[in-house]
Amino acid sequence: MQNGTTHCRYAEDVNPAFPTEIMAKPGGEALRDCIQCGTCSGACPMSVHMDLTPRRVIALTRAGLERDVLESATPWLCASCYECQVRCPRDIKVTEIMYALKRRAIEKGLFPKRSPIPVLAKAFYHMVAAHGRNSESRLVIELALRTNPLSLLKMAPVGIKLLRTGRMALGQDHIKDPKQLQSILDAMEES
Amino acid sequence: MTAYAYYPGCSRSGLGKPYDESLRAVFRHLGLALEEIPDWNCCGATSYMSISEDKAVALAARNLALAEQMKAEVVAPCAACYLVLTKAQHMMGEYPALAEKVRKGLGAAGLTYEGHVTVRHPLDILVNHVGLDAVRAKVTRPLAGYRVAPYYGCQVVRPYGAFDDPLRPQTLDRLMAAAGAEVVDYPLKAHCCGGSLMGTMEDIGVRMNFLLIKEARARHANVMATLCPLCQYNLEAYQGKMRHRFHEDATLPIVYFTQLLGLAFGLEPKALGLQRNFVTAEPLPAMA
Ligand code: SF4
Ligand code: SF4
Repeated sequence: MQNGTTHCRYAEDVNPAFPTEIMAKPGGEALRDCIQCGTCSGACPMSVHMDLTPRRVIALTRAGLERDVLESATPWLCASCYECQVRCPRDIKVTEIMYALKRRAIEKGLFPKRSPIPVLAKAFYHMVAAHGRNSESRLVIELALRTNPLSLLKMAPVGIKLLRTGRMALGQDHIKDPKQLQSILDAMEES
Repeated sequence: MTAYAYYPGCSRSGLGKPYDESLRAVFRHLGLALEEIPDWNCCGATSYMSISEDKAVALAARNLALAEQMKAEVVAPCAACYLVLTKAQHMMGEYPALAEKVRKGLGAAGLTYEGHVTVRHPLDILVNHVGLDAVRAKVTRPLAGYRVAPYYGCQVVRPYGAFDDPLRPQTLDRLMAAAGAEVVDYPLKAHCCGGSLMGTMEDIGVRMNFLLIKEARARHANVMATLCPLCQYNLEAYQGKMRHRFHEDATLPIVYFTQLLGLAFGLEPKALGLQRNFVTAEPLPAMA
């Protein structure tokens, strides 16, 4: 995993517009105030699994090393628990910055291709846009089919328990008029 | 009778069914009416926010607009729903350009949102609106023998919910004590369960949830109270995998705080959905 190791970066790796553009997003404003204290990384329950710790994500973003950050699995491993954000002594909205990075990685097609997490996010996004509600069981099945169909077999025992206890809804839940919701989402796209 | 605009969230018909059942039963018992927001839509959870922020806020705002027509406070029991709805309000307040865009979007569907909605978690309502004295007065079967690990998880207390401390919350501790339970000192109470990572990165999810259970057991808890359908499921459904992977017993009943409160009120276990839980060991009543 090259991201996690120390390797040389050169001037041409830097996109100077990157930090400015992240700072223009809601929650990104205080990016430059980071003192690299590492409180975020220490607090983060996921940092042991991350290729870049949250502190390094902030440092690399500020330095304009866009590819390192957008190709990293870290923003996707972020579980949105906001622990880093409420603990940061400089009021940096680390969790919101992770979100801004996820969105940018999707826009630029740079998200980690082997990770199932962006696949789930997209499946969820499309299901809600189409139906107005999400259906857990359908989402799980769709994700498995797209990433690792064999995993469905492993999930069967839990699935059976959920069925037996009446905790699995098999149908696609939906709102009465998905078109009304669609008109809101379309209007958001236009403006 | 105080009426609330109920936002059940998508897990209501699936994983979170016992949460919905027990919440309704407890509220009814306390004389609080829940009226479902008509035709509410999915809050968008963390996934929608990962793809489009503006649309995620609009999605949440449609629900707020529908609730505003009801002129009642919103109750959102799911942690993710609660966070997304409060976050959308916060963002519309902080970023006028975004708010304007969202209002235009709502307008395309003939909806308006003026910003007069309060979103509350049922824990907040029970402790701060109903009050612990009123709760105590309703307790007919105190939870003797229940050693509860109070698990808040992350998204109810951080960062937009303002009714408790984001890192060392106390409301659930106090509510469970009022129900007659012994509350265990549980330092991981506001630690994250990993949320949907259990579905995408099971190895990581199992480890995170194992740590939560291990600590609760080490502190002699015999049941864990949760506030969120995803936390409840992650902690409950993978105990076999935890034992297999860490060679350590990870059995612990994981229930909704509303189920425990309902038991203390003397409500029937079935009315609280307890037969739907996977792990119903002591101290919970035996389910035939
Ligand atoms: S906690 Fe805040 S100031 Fe410290 S390294 Fe993280 S982002 Fe920077
Ligand atoms: S919000 Fe994300 S980055 Fe921050 S502590 Fe939680 S998992 Fe880590």
